Amino acid sequence: MSELTITVIRIGLLVALWAFIFSIVGVMRGDLYGIRGARVDNRRQPLRDERRPARTPRGGPTHLAVIEGLMRGISVPLSDGGVLIGRNPECVLVLSDDFASGRHAQVYRDGDGWFIDDLGSTNGTFIGDQPIGQHVPLREGTRVRIGQTVLEVRK
Amino acid sequence: MSSSFGLRTITPHTPRTRRGVELLLLAFALAIVLLAYADVGLAVDNTLPPDLLTLGIGFGVVALALHLLVRWQAAYADPILLPVATLLNGLGLVMIHRLDLEQGHHLGQGSAVRQLLWTGVSVFVAGVLLVVVRDHRRLGQYTFTFALAGLVLLLLPLTPILGRNINGSRIWIGLGPLSFQPSELSKICVIIFFSGYLVQKRDALSLVGRRFLGLPLPRARDLGPIIIAWLASLAVLVFESDLGTSLLFFGLFVALLYVATERRSWIVIGLGLFLAGCYAAYLLFAHFQVRVDLWINPFDPHLSDQLGLGLMGMGSGGMLGTGLGEGHPGLTYFANSDFIIPSFGEELGLVGLIAIIVLFAIVVERGLRAGIAARDGFGKLLATGLGFSMALQVFVVVGGVTRVIPLTGLTTPFMSAGGSSLIANWIIIVLLLRISDQARRPTVDELGATAVGSADTQAVRTR
Repeated sequence: MSELTITVIRIGLLVALWAFIFSIVGVMRGDLYGIRGARVDNRRQPLRDERRPARTPRGGPTHLAVIEGLMRGISVPLSDGGVLIGRNPECVLVLSDDFASGRHAQVYRDGDGWFIDDLGSTNGTFIGDQPIGQHVPLREGTRVRIGQTVLEVRK
Repeated sequence: MSSSFGLRTITPHTPRTRRGVELLLLAFALAIVLLAYADVGLAVDNTLPPDLLTLGIGFGVVALALHLLVRWQAAYADPILLPVATLLNGLGLVMIHRLDLEQGHHLGQGSAVRQLLWTGVSVFVAGVLLVVVRDHRRLGQYTFTFALAGLVLLLLPLTPILGRNINGSRIWIGLGPLSFQPSELSKICVIIFFSGYLVQKRDALSLVGRRFLGLPLPRARDLGPIIIAWLASLAVLVFESDLGTSLLFFGLFVALLYVATERRSWIVIGLGLFLAGCYAAYLLFAHFQVRVDLWINPFDPHLSDQLGLGLMGMGSGGMLGTGLGEGHPGLTYFANSDFIIPSFGEELGLVGLIAIIVLFAIVVERGLRAGIAARDGFGKLLATGLGFSMALQVFVVVGGVTRVIPLTGLTTPFMSAGGSSLIANWIIIVLLLRISDQARRPTVDELGATAVGSADTQAVRTR
C-alpha cells in the first residue's frame, strides 16, 4: 500500500472524528431551541405553546405551586390540556412522594373555572380536612394536599 | 426559604424519540472504528486486516442489539449517549489491538481479545440493567443498601484472601485468573447513595449557621456527613494508596452537596478539607511524595521515566500525530491502560486527542442535561453525579498524564484495558439513558396517556 494512501486514511480518520462531533452538535442544537419550561419563578408567564395558544381568562389562576413536601419550590403552569398529578413519569407534575398514587389527581379547565378530580387514588386528595371526589372547583389560594405534598393554586 | 432549588424542569418542545438519529450516529461511529482498525492494519502489515469484515459485523451486531433494546425499553432516551460510548469503546479497542501488535501479539493472543470479550459482557450487563431498572426512582428506595454495597466493594481489596497488591496500590481483588477493580462499581453505588441521601436532607444542609468572612457556613451539626465522607476517602488514600479513587469520591460528594443545596460554602469547605488531607498525606507517606516529585521533575533520572516517556510520545505526535500504527506508544509502560491517552496523543496528534476529550465532554454534557430535564429530585442528582463523575475522572487521568496534577491511577473511561472500568462505564450510560428517557418522555397533555410507572404507593393507615 502506498505511503499516500496511508496518509489519506490517517487524515481521513481525524476528519471523520471531527465530522462525527459536529453532527452530534447539530443534534444537540435541537435541544437548545424550542424549549418550553415549567418555571419556578412565578412572576413570569410560561412560554406560550405555539401550536395551541393559551386562552386562560384574565384574572384566573395560572399556576400550581408545591408549597410543602419534597418537591417544594417547583410550580407548573395550568395549561389547557390539564395538569395530571402523580408519581408516574408521564404526569405533568411528577411527585416524589411515596404516599401519592401513580396517577393521583387531575386539574382541568371547565368553562371559566379550574377544577380538580381525584383519580381514585389510594390515599385520597384533600382540600382542608375533606377528602374530595370529582369536579371540585379551585380558586386562587386553594390548598390541595396529596400525600405529604401540599399544592397551592396561584395567579 | 428561597424557592430557587434546581428543580427547574425544561423539556423539549416537541416530543420526538430521535431513535433514527441514534441509529445514524451509531453507524457513523462504527464506520470510524472500522476505518481506524483498517488504518492500523495498513500501517503495520501493509494489508487490510483479514478479519475487518467479521469484526465489523460482530461489533455492529452488538451495537445494533443495544440500539434495538433502547428503542423497545427507553424510546425517548437521549440519542447521543449510545453512539459516543460506542465510538470511545471502539477506539479504545483499536488502540489496545495496535499496542498488542507492537509487542508482537496478534489478535487472539493479546489483551485486545480480552477487552473485546469484556465489551461484550459490559453491553450484555447494560442491556439487562435497562430491562430490569424500569424506573430509576426505584434505586432511590435502597439508599442505605447502596451505601453498604459501595463501602463493602471499596474495602474488599483490603481483605486478606481476595485482595491483591499490584504496583503499589491495593485496589484489586482476584478471583482465580481474573482480577477486578471493585472501586469502579463502588463509585456507582456511592453516587446512588449520595443522591438518595442528599435529596432527603438538602433542606437541613442548606440552612445557614453563622457567617465567616462573608461566607455563610452551614450549621455545625450538619457537617457530620461531609466529615464522614472525608474520613472515608482519606482511609482509601491511606490503606489502599489510591489517590485517584480518593479524589474521585470526595469530589463527587462535594459536587453533589453543592448541587443539592446551592451553597458555595460547601465547595470552599470541601476543597479546604481536601487540600489539608493531601498535605497531611504528603508529609506522612513516601508513596505520595514520590508522586509529587515525579509531577514536578518528570525527567529526573532517579525517578520512574513513565511520565516523561508519555510526554515525549505526545510531543513526537505533534498536531496531526504519527498515524495509527506508525508511532511507538508501546515504549511507555501501561500504554494500553493508564497511559492510553498519551498513546492516542502520539498517534492521532493534538487534533485527535482534543476530539477524544470533546467526546467525553459530550457524554458529561448529556448527563448534566438529563439532570436538568429530570422531573424528580433524585433523578436530577443521580444524573448530575454520574455526569460529574465522568468529568472528574477524565480530568484526573488526562491531568495526570499531561502533568497538570500529580499522576494517579484512575482508568480512562471506555478506553483503558480492563473489565471493571468498562462494565462500570456502560452501567453509567444505561442509567443516564434511563433518566433521560423519563425526562424527555412527553407528558399526558402532549400525547395520549399510557401508564408506565410501577412503584407501589404506600397506603396510609387510618385507625
